[in-house]
This record gives sequence, C-alpha cells and structure tokens, in this order.
Amino acid sequence: MEATKKEHQLIVSVSPHVKTDETTSRIMWSVSLALLPAALAGVYFFGLRALFITALCIVSSAVFEQLYFRMVGKKSAVGDGSAFLTGLLLGMNMPASLWSFSPFTVHVPVIASFVAVVITKQLFGGLGFNVFNPALIGRAFALISWPKAMTIWSEPTAAFLAMDAKTTATPLGILKEEGVVKLLEVFGDKMSLYMHLLTGNRAGSIGETSAIAILIGGLFLLYRGYITWHIPVSFLGTAAVIAWVFGGKGALFTGDPIVHLISGGMMLGAWFMATDYVTSPSVRKGQIIFGIGCGFLTMLIRLKGGYPEGVMFAILIMNCFAPIIDRGVKSKVFGAVKQNTAKENK
Amino acid sequence: MGLATFKGGIHPPDKKTLAAGSSIVVSNPPKIVVIPLSQHIGAPCKPIVSIGQEVRKGEIIGEPGGFVSSPVHSSVSGKVVAIGEFPNAMGRMVNSVVIENDGKEEWTSLKDNPDYMNLSPEELREKVKAAGIVGMGGAAFPTVVKLSPPKEKAIDAVLINGAECEPYLTADYRLMIEKSKEVVEGLKILMKILGVQKGYIGIENNKPDAVAKMKEAAAGEAGIEVLALEVKYPQGAEKMLIKAILGREVPPRALPMDVGVVVQNVGTALAIYEAARFGKPLIERVVTVTGEGIAEPKNLIVRIGTKVADLIEECGGFKGGVGKVISGGPMMGFALSSLDVSVTKGTSGILVIPEDSVSHVEEFGPCIRCGRCIDACAMGLMPSMLSVLSEKGHYEEAKEYNLFDCFECGSCAYVCPSKRPIVQLVRLAKSMVKP
Repeated sequence: MEATKKEHQLIVSVSPHVKTDETTSRIMWSVSLALLPAALAGVYFFGLRALFITALCIVSSAVFEQLYFRMVGKKSAVGDGSAFLTGLLLGMNMPASLWSFSPFTVHVPVIASFVAVVITKQLFGGLGFNVFNPALIGRAFALISWPKAMTIWSEPTAAFLAMDAKTTATPLGILKEEGVVKLLEVFGDKMSLYMHLLTGNRAGSIGETSAIAILIGGLFLLYRGYITWHIPVSFLGTAAVIAWVFGGKGALFTGDPIVHLISGGMMLGAWFMATDYVTSPSVRKGQIIFGIGCGFLTMLIRLKGGYPEGVMFAILIMNCFAPIIDRGVKSKVFGAVKQNTAKENK
Repeated sequence: MGLATFKGGIHPPDKKTLAAGSSIVVSNPPKIVVIPLSQHIGAPCKPIVSIGQEVRKGEIIGEPGGFVSSPVHSSVSGKVVAIGEFPNAMGRMVNSVVIENDGKEEWTSLKDNPDYMNLSPEELREKVKAAGIVGMGGAAFPTVVKLSPPKEKAIDAVLINGAECEPYLTADYRLMIEKSKEVVEGLKILMKILGVQKGYIGIENNKPDAVAKMKEAAAGEAGIEVLALEVKYPQGAEKMLIKAILGREVPPRALPMDVGVVVQNVGTALAIYEAARFGKPLIERVVTVTGEGIAEPKNLIVRIGTKVADLIEECGGFKGGVGKVISGGPMMGFALSSLDVSVTKGTSGILVIPEDSVSHVEEFGPCIRCGRCIDACAMGLMPSMLSVLSEKGHYEEAKEYNLFDCFECGSCAYVCPSKRPIVQLVRLAKSMVKP
C-alpha cells in the first residue's frame, strides 16, 4: 500500500477543493434544537400528554420515511434529520388533548405524520422538492379530517401526569367569538394577558404557547445564520400593522397588535414554519414579499375569516407562490442595468 | 470596518500562515524543462526550434500564433531534446518543447536600461509583447492585448491586483513585501503605456504589512494610491476589484476596458518592469508551494517548464498520505492527476492537501433552497437554480438565469450545505448551450 502511495495516487476532483463544514443534517438538527425551549414549555404547561403527542409524531414521521425509502428502494436519508424536524414541528402544532383513548384520538398524530412525510414530502420528490410545508399540511389534514378532536384545548395544568384536563377556549377563540372585553375579563387585565401569552400559560397547540420560548429559539437561528430576518420581520411587521389598523372594534387604529403577535401560532409560524427553506423563496427580496403575504393572509383570516387562527393557511397559501416569487424577483445580476436580463440573452 | 469591497462573497479560512513567512528563494535549476507552447488564453505558439538545437536562456522557442497569443522563451540554456504533445495541468495534451539544461545559464541578451521610463509607450508595449508576458494571476491572458485597447475605449485607471484572495497562496504577498519598488515601477510603466494618470494597488487587509510596504514604495509617486480592501473571496476577481476600488460595475459580458480600466496582477507588474528595464522575457515566476500535505512550504522562483514533482521534492516531499495536489488555489485550482506536469506562466501555486482532509466520495444531496449560494454569489446570480436546471438537463432555461455571467469562482459550492457540485454543473450547462 505504501509503495503504491509513493507512486502518487492522486485524488482528482473538480474545484472548489475546500468546502464549509456546514451540512444539511446539521441545519436540521440545529433547527430542532432551537425548537427545544418551545417544546419544553409545551410539556411544562400541558404535562406528559404533550410529550407523548410530540414523541408520537417524531417516531411516526421517522418510521414512515424509513418505510417509504425501503419501499421505493432508495438509500435511506432519515439520518439527515428532516423527518425528525417535521415530526417535531407537527407535534408542536397539535393540541395535547389528542392523547385520549376515550374518545380514541391517538391515531390522529400518526396519520398526520404519514400525510406530512410521505404524501407532502416524499411523493413530491423528497427533501427539497416539496411545494408545501410538510408539518403544516399534516396539521391541515388533521384539522379538516378531525375538526372536533383538533380543537379541544386543555387548560394549562400544573398536574404534570394528568391525562385529561378541563377544556377551555384559546385566547384567539375568545377574541373571535366574544371580543376583547371578554378576553381581558378572563385574564384579569392587559398586563396579565400579555404575561400569560408570553410565558405560555394559556390554551393552544403544544409548541405555540410560549412566545418567549419561541423567540429564544428564533433568535438562536438568526444568530447562527440559519435564518435571516427577512421572513420573520416582514411577517410579524405586516400582521402588527394590520392588527393595529383594523383589529379594533369600530374605529380604525385602535387594535392591539401585541395580543395578535404573541397569541395563536403567529410566533411559531413566523420563526419556524414560514422560514422553511424549501417552501419559501430563496432570494432575500422575495422573502420579504413572502413574509408580507403571510402576515396579510393571517390577519385577513383572523379578522374576517371563519377560523380564529389563520397562520397555517396563510403560510400554506404563500408556499404556492414561493417559486413564482423567486422567478419574479430573481437576484440582481452584477453590472446589469436592468434587473431582468433574460431578454437580452435570447 | 468600512473597507472597500463588493456585495456577496465568502470567508474561507485563509491558511496563508503556512507559507507567508517564507522569503522568496530561487529554486534549484531543473535538469529538464517541458515548456508548453500554449500557456495562455488564445492561439498556441508555433515552435521555431528543432530537436538537437542548442538554445540559450531567454531565447524565443515559440512564435505567437495570432494577435491574442504570446511568445514562449526557453527558461534554461541547453539542448532541445523533444518537441511533442505533453499533458498540461488540466490533463490536456499540449504541444511542448523539451529542453535539457546544460547548467551554463547562458542568457541571450540581457541589457540594463535604467532609462526605461524615457521610452515611448509604443516601445514599452513592444517590450511587454516581446517578453511574452501574460496575466500571472492564473487566467494567463496575453498582457499586450489588454494594453492595446481599441481607440474608442478611453482608459483612465490602471489597477494592480494584490488581493490574492485564494486561500493558501502567498506569492503575490511575498512579492509586495520583497519587490515593492519594482511592482510600483511596473505600475508606472503600465500607466505610461496606457497614458493614464491614476494607478491603484488593491490589497486585502489580511496583509497589513504588504499594504504598509506598498504605501511606502508608492510614497511620492504622482497619481498612485494603495488601498486596503476587505478580506473576502473573490476580492481578486477583476470585476470585484474594480467595484471595490472605483465603484464601477463592469456590465455582463463586457470587459474592464469598457469601464475604462485595465487590471494587472502584482506578479505581472513585476514582469513588466523586468521586461522594460532588462529586456527580460517571462521565463520564471514565483510559485507558492504550500498546504498541510507538504513538508516545507515555500515561495519559490521557478523556471517555466519545471516539473511539479521537482518542486515537491525541493519542498521536502509529502507530509503524511498525499490526497490532492492542486495547481493554483483551493477555490479555482485544478487537481492534478500526475506530478509529471509543468509549471507555466499562470501557475500561482502548488497546493498539497493531505489524504485525510479530502473526502474521497463526494456525495451530494438535493438543493434545499437555503439561499446561501445566492448570498455568496458575487455576480448576483442564483446558483441554486443553475445547478438544479443543469442537473435536470434544462440547459436553455439556465441561460435565463444568466448562466454565462458565472466566472466559476466556487463561492456557491463552498457554502452549499448539500455539497452540491454547483460549479461543475454550471460548466456542464455552459458546454451544452451557446452563449
């Protein structure tokens, strides 16, 4: 062996010969890590059931993906962490009350995982080729198929091991059905409402409750360069402006943007769902358009639609436009006078 | 903070300390040289020597084959022993002249003319042409062509490229430290040939001592400015350098002369000075032999035509298992398949990457559309789209994404977390469609 090495068995490959040590799987695991504070907050407020649901989604997603790879004879890529991340996000988007055997609803997360990983991702060509955010399609499928089970919201409970809890409405549900006066009545006063929403001590999906925990994860991603500010800021900014201008009862400019920003799935959606690389534009300018669209549609649904919450549908609708936005904005070619040089090339 | 630069780019580890401290030394005279007759962009030379003929150092052995071409000279004195096809660094067979060194080091004619600044621009240009000077940063474009802009292109600035943004390489850095005066003289000659009043020397700020040295050398020279530039790859690409120094953007598919600029590399400036003053043809150049896989990294003055194997030996041989040997830098250099190839006018470095630092199987994943390559692209392209379109065979559509504006700097492939061979896919697409 040494002798042949002396004959200089050189490795030949194309340039560049150095590469960053960043990998796709490291990105997936880092995003999962960034979700940990929010997931832990969910478990803290909704107890062991929240952990069971989240774990069930993760395991189902990984198993379904592995089975799919085996079925089609492709080399398994489960280790890249994208199925884990999809499962985690899906679990965090479900109510803890799904962990119930009478009525039996434990199958809901399992089927939603199948829809997310196999139908939404793999059947569209696998990682990188899916049009829609897999976790959100999984959730949308579950919401439409089992509307009742998916909207039973437990009260945050101190009893960690409790397998059921009193059900209640989400803050956005109250806001939609009974208005802001009732919402303040339920939570005491404005400061108390804000505090409940920030810490996560309120009804909702497992991972969306604590605005602060989500923000910690989001800022971690921002700091590490895994996401940029473009989508979260344009998403949240647009939603805040609309909430302020149109969110009030009667008069314009009397809405409360803060309540809208830190309730429902707004924070989780803006930091972790809309920023999914595959299903959002990759040109920065396009990401701003995308974020504005998400913010606009979310608020349109919240204020005028039938559902109390609109983040999920807003992002899914904007997912459709991501490729078109990328095509439309393109990036500015160095030295080009006009933005689009396509015509000159022909 | 606030240093001049361009938009995009990347920050690979610069690894320059390996060789930066080694002063330039003259390498051992080669026993035999294989001098390719095509070392430049443009028409190959026609050999004008025959087998058995005695040649002297600096004697012309290949005549330019057209306007965009450059003569080739013997780098040793001795006997022509073969003329034929030999592989070059890219693995292509190139007509070459093989000369055995007799060790006498006899020059043709080398005459010191301290009065060179009094020569006319035409006379100076003629000297550059006769010396066979080409761009020594790597592209090897015949310099005289750059110095003969058409009348309608008014040139108002000459830029000396001291960015040396390729990691590992230190040849230009050592030249700026050790030959700063000569480089400034080269710039003055360029300014005279082109009749311009403004000359700039742009240096990446990871070489503060080179900036200081060049500032000292240029002190008191009218119209010459030395600028520290932000450390960012590919700062040394012509278009990026012009943008950083002058704020001008060379339009797509246009040349620097279209925005009134001529850019020359540090090494080229030195060669121009030596040609003007001594009539010395380009028969040797500084080559950085470096990398974690070489025993003693060095900056060597190497005769054109010297075998890479000789240089490896002179630098103490390989350290550890040898992986890749690259001609040029790690971003744009070529991996050699054999050490039996020659150093040419465009060889800026020989980089040895040890076996354990090379990934043998370069598996790549799908594009996850993260957009890192778009941010990194100095040309404002969408490498992600180009790579996917090329992978799927949609070459025509790739043109709509400005395929031909890519100059293959490799920033996109460097940052890609899916390890996609974006540059190679771009090259493939370019070869499949007309511009």
